[in-house]
Amino acid sequence: MNLAIALAYLMAAVLFILGLKQLSSPKGARNGNFTAAAGMVIALGATLPLLHFTTAGLVIIGVGVAVGALIGAFGARMVKMTAIPQMVALFNGVGGGAAALVAVSELLTFGTRPPFAEAFPSVFSIVIGSISFAGSMVAFAKLQELMTGTPITYPGQQLVNGLLAALIIGFVVAVLVIASIPFSFVALMVLALILGVAFVLPIGGADMPVVISLLNAFTGLAVAASGFTLNNFALIVAGTLVGASGSLLTKLMSDAMGRSLGNVLFGAFGKVRTGTAAAGGKEARSVRAGSAEDLATLLAYSRRVIIVPGYGLAVAQAQHAVRELADLLENPSRGWKDAGAHERAAG
Amino acid sequence: MSNELLTEVTYFVLAIFVGIEVISKVPTILHTPLMSGTNAIHGIILVGAIVIAAGADSPLTIALGLVAVILATTNVVGGFVVTDRMLEMFKGRAAAPKSTATR
Repeated sequence: MNLAIALAYLMAAVLFILGLKQLSSPKGARNGNFTAAAGMVIALGATLPLLHFTTAGLVIIGVGVAVGALIGAFGARMVKMTAIPQMVALFNGVGGGAAALVAVSELLTFGTRPPFAEAFPSVFSIVIGSISFAGSMVAFAKLQELMTGTPITYPGQQLVNGLLAALIIGFVVAVLVIASIPFSFVALMVLALILGVAFVLPIGGADMPVVISLLNAFTGLAVAASGFTLNNFALIVAGTLVGASGSLLTKLMSDAMGRSLGNVLFGAFGKVRTGTAAAGGKEARSVRAGSAEDLATLLAYSRRVIIVPGYGLAVAQAQHAVRELADLLENPSRGWKDAGAHERAAG
Repeated sequence: MSNELLTEVTYFVLAIFVGIEVISKVPTILHTPLMSGTNAIHGIILVGAIVIAAGADSPLTIALGLVAVILATTNVVGGFVVTDRMLEMFKGRAAAPKSTATR
């Protein structure tokens, strides 16, 4: 690898890591986004000069970047604030689709018998990227209310999805071991797209953020796999960073809703028969747990804070802690005033 | 295992640990912007899309390259812009206490 490219990719990787670090703290979040964007510009800028372009290649890159930038900027700027979650789903999905197409393109150059070290990551990228693409599109449709946001279930759904997954694994083995069937990975892609749709259908609209986060981690892994295929370090490092942090983030998000990831993803399965019987009864209600860091961040962003003590607070003997918090908040140097909501509840 | 593959696997494993470690302290309120930010970062696939599109010479590779570049660019540009829009909202609210202090 060319020295200049290697150094530029290293710099991009450092900027991505710093960007993630800033993005996860309230103070620097917005700068973190710029830091990561700078990393992206450096990685792209370093890649371009050493490529050998065909005329057609030059044209499609020019047209493709122009069209994509227009769609991306227009879509992100113009949608209403409330429509932002589905835009994230959409932008995640197209990334997964791109990763799958890059892997397909690269696999084509090897003919019918690609070496295992290239074929394995390519096939992985095709499957995971396609699942992410199709799943994200369903998430987008649900949030945009192009289709119903309620879980779509039918008897035997788990079995069907399991069979689909088994079929995909079978095809993966076929492509890797037999490999002489031309375009067998097209079938693989179609199956993965179907699984992506089937996987998100039974999940309700309110759980979509967790699902999008999971698919985001998927896309990261697909990008990393494409990086292995192309022997490109920028793709491997950035993709893996997203895959790893996205996986943890998915867990944190479902934890914050007081549910397990398994419950979010498969909670609707098998509920076809029980239907409404479970509603209201002993069904576990969600508890929102927070840490001191969460509270500090929330308060820092708040204009007014109203503390409503309940019976639980008294049971937990937390009066003094709340009093301390209130004293801190009412401290004139912070600029807050007592809004007049005083303790009335708590028998 | 070739030398290059070995180096790649090393990068891969180290990046997993860095990725987990670097965001482990994120407060709940920043979950969504962080997700959106990481979403923009995997737009790095644009580098891969440009690499495969650059050498396109048959109708099939041209079509694949064009679609890949469009999708990847949408991911990068849309991802960063939408994240910035989200964080813009936070800035507005964080600045608010200062204005009430002068009242």
